[in-house]
Amino acid sequence: MRYALLVLGAPYSSQASHSALRFAAALLARGHYLECVFFYHDGVYNATRLAAPPQDEPHLVEAWVKLNQAHGTQLQVCIAAALRRGLLDEREASRHGKSGHSVEPPFELTGLGQLIDLGLGVDRLVTFAP
Amino acid sequence: METATVPEGDILVILRHPPHGSSWLREGLDAALVAAAFGQAVSLLFQGDGVLALLQGQGPGPLGQKGTSATLDMLAMYDIESLFLDASSLSRLGLSTDSLQLPASPLEPPSIAALIAGHRLVLTF
Repeated sequence: MRYALLVLGAPYSSQASHSALRFAAALLARGHYLECVFFYHDGVYNATRLAAPPQDEPHLVEAWVKLNQAHGTQLQVCIAAALRRGLLDEREASRHGKSGHSVEPPFELTGLGQLIDLGLGVDRLVTFAP
Repeated sequence: METATVPEGDILVILRHPPHGSSWLREGLDAALVAAAFGQAVSLLFQGDGVLALLQGQGPGPLGQKGTSATLDMLAMYDIESLFLDASSLSRLGLSTDSLQLPASPLEPPSIAALIAGHRLVLTF
C-alpha cells in the first residue's frame, strides 16, 4: 500500500513524532511504500536543522533525514506554518533578510495544496497529532 | 436515533478546537480553503469545543491572535457550504443553533459516521 503521514506535533513536546517514526518503520518493514511525510501546525518544528537534543535522547530530525535517505520518502513542510514559526530555508531566509536559515534539504518548504494532492493520491494518509 | 441524509464529498475537515487560545482552528480552516481552491468538494464538521468557532459576535480582540470569524465569512466564497456540527457538543456547551454565525446542520452520531464514510479524505484538526 502507498502511505503518507501527516505530523502535527512538535518534536520532544509530544509523542507525535516518535509515534510517526515508529509507524513508518513498521509499515516499511511490512513491505509497504511511504511516499511522503507532511509537516503542518507545530509539526513543522521537526524540520529544524538546528535541533541539538541531549545524546541520550533519539535525534528526531536526523531520524527523518535517515528515512529520506534509506527509502526516498519526501519530507514536505507547509511553508505558511513554517515561516511564521521561524523555519526558513536558504531561499526564504534571503528573501526575508535573515542572517541564517533553519531548514535544509531533504526537507522542502511547500504549499498546503501538496497535502491535499497527497491525501487524495495515496491509499492511506495517517495523522499524528499531539 | 435517525440518520440524516449527509452529502458525499472529496474532503471532510473536522475541527475540534475553539477559535481562541491556539492556532488549531485557523490552520484547519486554511487546509479546507486550500482544498476548495484546488477544486475539491469540501465539508466541515465542527465537533467538541470546535463548535465554539461558529458563535456569533467574535472578533480578534486583544488576544493577539488573528481569530477565525473573518475566515468563516469567506467559506461561501470558496463554495464551502456543507457545514455540520456535532449536536451533542453544542448541547454540552449549553448552546443552540440560534446563536451561530453560520447555518451548520446538527448531526447525531450515526449521521457523523455516515459523513466520515462518505468522504475520500478526512483531515482532523
